[in-house]
Amino acid sequence: MEAQLQALKTEALEKIASAANVKELNDVRVAYLGKKGPITDLLKGMGKLPAEERPKMGALVNVVREEVTTSLEERMVILEEEAINLKLQSETIDITLPGRPVRTGNPHPLTRVIEEIEDLFVSMGYEIAEGPEVEKDYYNFEALNLPKGHPARDMQDSFYITEDILLRTHTSPVQARTMEAKGGEPIKIICPGKVYRRDNDDATHSHQFTQIEGLVIGEDIRMSDLKGTLSVFAKKMFGDDREIRLRPSFFPFTEPSVEMDISCFKCGGSGCNVCKKTGWIEILGAGMVHPNVLEMAGYDSKRLTGFAFGMGPERIAMLKYGVEDIRHFYTNDVRFLSQFQRTEV
Amino acid sequence: MLVSIKWLKEYVNTQELDPAELGEKITRSGIEVDAVIDRSHGMTNVVVGYVESCEKHKEADKLSICQVNVGEDGIEQIICGAPNIAAGQKVIVARPGAKLPGGVKIKKAKLRGEVSNGMICSLQELGIEGKLVPKAYAEGIYVLPENAEIGSDVVTNFDLDDTVLELGLTPNRADAMSMLGVAYEVGAILSEEVKLPEATYTEAADTAASMLTLNIDAPEANPLYVAKVIRNIEVKESPMWLQQRLMAAGVRPHNNVVDVTNFVLMEYGQPLHAFDYDSLKTGNITVRHAKQDELITTLDDAERKLSPHHLVITNGEEPVALAGVMGGANSEVSDSTTTIVIESAYFASGSIRQTSKDHGLRSDASSRYEKGVDPNRVIPAAERAASLIAELAGGEVLAGSIIFDELEREEKIVKVSPDFINTRLGMKIPFEDMLEILERLKFKTEAANNQLIISVPTRRQDIQIEEDVVEEIARLYGYDEIPATLPQTEARPGGLTPYQAKRRMVRHFLEGAGLLQATTYSLTSEKSAKQFALTETDTTRLLMPMSEERSILRQSLLPHLLDSVTHNTARRIDSVALYETGAVFLKTEDELLNEEEHLAIAMTGLWLDNSWQGEKKPVDFFVLKGIVEGLGEKLGVELSFERGQMDDLHPGRTAFIIHDGQRIGVIGQLHPTEQKERDLKTTVVLELNLAELLNLAADPLLYTPVPRYPSITRDVALVLSKIVEAGTIEKVIRGAGGKLLKDVRVFDLYEGDKMEAGKKSVAFTLTYFDPEKTLTDEEVVAVHDKVLKALTEVGAELRS
Ligand SMILES: [Zn+2]
Repeated sequence: MEAQLQALKTEALEKIASAANVKELNDVRVAYLGKKGPITDLLKGMGKLPAEERPKMGALVNVVREEVTTSLEERMVILEEEAINLKLQSETIDITLPGRPVRTGNPHPLTRVIEEIEDLFVSMGYEIAEGPEVEKDYYNFEALNLPKGHPARDMQDSFYITEDILLRTHTSPVQARTMEAKGGEPIKIICPGKVYRRDNDDATHSHQFTQIEGLVIGEDIRMSDLKGTLSVFAKKMFGDDREIRLRPSFFPFTEPSVEMDISCFKCGGSGCNVCKKTGWIEILGAGMVHPNVLEMAGYDSKRLTGFAFGMGPERIAMLKYGVEDIRHFYTNDVRFLSQFQRTEV
Repeated sequence: MLVSIKWLKEYVNTQELDPAELGEKITRSGIEVDAVIDRSHGMTNVVVGYVESCEKHKEADKLSICQVNVGEDGIEQIICGAPNIAAGQKVIVARPGAKLPGGVKIKKAKLRGEVSNGMICSLQELGIEGKLVPKAYAEGIYVLPENAEIGSDVVTNFDLDDTVLELGLTPNRADAMSMLGVAYEVGAILSEEVKLPEATYTEAADTAASMLTLNIDAPEANPLYVAKVIRNIEVKESPMWLQQRLMAAGVRPHNNVVDVTNFVLMEYGQPLHAFDYDSLKTGNITVRHAKQDELITTLDDAERKLSPHHLVITNGEEPVALAGVMGGANSEVSDSTTTIVIESAYFASGSIRQTSKDHGLRSDASSRYEKGVDPNRVIPAAERAASLIAELAGGEVLAGSIIFDELEREEKIVKVSPDFINTRLGMKIPFEDMLEILERLKFKTEAANNQLIISVPTRRQDIQIEEDVVEEIARLYGYDEIPATLPQTEARPGGLTPYQAKRRMVRHFLEGAGLLQATTYSLTSEKSAKQFALTETDTTRLLMPMSEERSILRQSLLPHLLDSVTHNTARRIDSVALYETGAVFLKTEDELLNEEEHLAIAMTGLWLDNSWQGEKKPVDFFVLKGIVEGLGEKLGVELSFERGQMDDLHPGRTAFIIHDGQRIGVIGQLHPTEQKERDLKTTVVLELNLAELLNLAADPLLYTPVPRYPSITRDVALVLSKIVEAGTIEKVIRGAGGKLLKDVRVFDLYEGDKMEAGKKSVAFTLTYFDPEKTLTDEEVVAVHDKVLKALTEVGAELRS
């Protein structure tokens, strides 16, 4: 009987080793360890043995049974792993295929520039003021020290609707309106918006464009405050190492008036095609609010002074992003618009 | 304003500064130098030649074979194609090896078998603009004066070794529209004195008054008039120096008389005019307003009809010049003129601007009068012109002038304290430095009681108030010296208004939904101004549009936005999703328009395009409706949709967007005809009164407790007549479901062939929920049965 047991063990272990998959191994389990298997049969046949042999044989059967079980379990781990590996292999995908696209739009490049400027000035305590695009001649010109017949009106050929109503040529009328509404109180605003001039559309002109102007009025506002403010703006918009320089200029609504150049952000000042070899790029016009403008809006120009500045988001966007034709901003070609998606910081 | 540096040096020492350096100094001090132009253009080897002989080329009748004496190298044969070449002329010769403007290099050549050792040049070939070349030489070579030295260098002998600064003048700096004005500016920058031109001549025994009488009938418009009479003159070509000065300044030379008036105009900024005395006929000059419909033919041969607000110079009978703008053809100086009247006058700027505008005529004279000339230069300019004409035309200046003078020309006094200047600038400029700057500007200044009392020269009419002085001091002290500070204002938080913040929120929401922001023009055509407009009003038209396409203010954003969609699809970009926010312009009773901020969306092509996974979904009405619903939720505004109709939208696929009973927008698919017209495939659009939405204040945000009890769902499939809308059935369900019915949602729609004709199947999921407890089956059955009963009552068939 012992020999029979050994043979059974050898046979079982061989079958375990040769089982090719989980199912075959389970068949082996049932065949040898099942209720109808030979080992169970052997245990059942123990009763026929003499009583003194029974414990020894019992122990022996148990050992064989243990050994077969252990071997079977070990094999099972291996076969299961193989089975999983096989499954994983069959499930492998081509990870180079494109991902499911996430549809995202983005702001217009001019909005991007305007909001960046808005955010900067808002962080410095400015409010955003807006006003009508169809404006009274009074707010567009007269309140800004440009009476009828003033030679500087030539500078801004405008779209009139009636003798007294026109499409605003700059966002300055918003300043005039704000001053009138504030009734002599300090002001700190920026005014973004669309403006219109009688220009033929070409690569550098557009009959419709945008502008952002700023206005600060308070006690003892000095020209140095204008310079400092513009310097902060230039560094934020064009990089920390930007220098600014002011050049005298003329606007009817400011005195003194200046134009601001920044050191070229492309070449750093050594001269390149962006700065036309000068090292400087003209960015905006500014000045100290003309006393006539203050007085007309009901401010005491002896007590309160102010500065104003104005710039063109188109020009800034063209410089920043290297756009060569202003008409791109109004054509809405998807291949143009969708380029202004990603962050720059 | 074009400023020849050689000419400028006659009035002020430019300290041997390189032209570019001088230009930079001028720019930094306030007058922008737009360009620095080298008149020599790097020319070399261009000399004076003498044409010894000139014969026709046998092979080409347009060419001449010239034997030209070029000085040391003797006679050279040069072939010339100019029609005006002739023996005995002094000409400009580019020798072999010469470099001409535009990179032209001259080499020995053979032309039809004949050797040509160089080229005889026109002025155009020396880089002078064709419109500046004297008419006699415009179509051929230029002929030099007889006294030109054979073999001498043309560039250095004829002032082409010069640099011109092109000034971009702002309207306030009318003073710099003259060489003297620029000299004062440069003098102030460089601390140099200005040397004034001289006027010396011998007067004839006869007086001017013996030949000419003067009446001024419009003294407000013409408060100062000076006339000088010069007789026995010879009208001829001007000397080379004068021609070159004028060409450098951008003025075409004509004859010695006209050239002198233009030269003095450029020198003093004072317009002058010369009349042919004999053509005046009457020996009288009368300045008056024109009569209604009076006619004048100006020097440009145009006949102009006048009205009383135009000022004219007459001979006492008929107009002989449009005052301050252009002379008349009937009194023009010609080659046969022997006696002239020189006019130097002060005309009020408003009158000249009106005349110039009415006739579309801008001249060097009118542009100076418009901005205001220096009243103290009117008489000196007349004297200077008389002296130059006497010198160059050999005339006899009659004694004295005929003058009408009622012109106020006191110097303006501006008082300003040094403290005021420094406070405005945020600087500490020492008092002595201020005085020094005012001295450089030639502003006579007294200092008394901590005040600067400044007499502003009449040439600087832009200096009127204290602030103007602040600018003068600052620009000459240097803007670089101004420190950078920040305003010391009360610290208040800045920020966006709720409206502005919500506008940005809308932008972010739409971009998150995959839309690109577009910007289109506000001006449009009559045809598209009202298309898709939400409100009916009249259109608003520009007085003087530049084109019909841009003549009317838009009343909706969609037409241009759709143009942008077509722009893209025409370029094979099939899927386009754009949005725009902006004002539309509606007429009101008021003077100003009602500017309403709108939102427009236009979408075409695929909404979902995951091509390799086979998922493609075209945009449709419901894609856009979902975006609008999402927007409403984002803004906390309740929106509903109501079937509607609008021109150019699909009649079965259009809805108005309703808030609080008001139509605030429209959403729909373009009408197939409109789609075809615009060359578009299925396109869905939205036009919405965004302002209306953004102006609504949202309710405070309060949290609702997270449900503690489960909800129970029941599905109901219904067979309905096709014309019954899901929304109607939803209302019935909600009505019957009462408090426990928390949500109703369509989850299936079937309209296929398995349905009886005219029927459709719509399936709803109903969610029941009680926040207080777990619902029992019986409770749900009770309410659900009520719902089913209500449905049956409205004719819905339950589908098994
Ligand atoms: Zn550069």
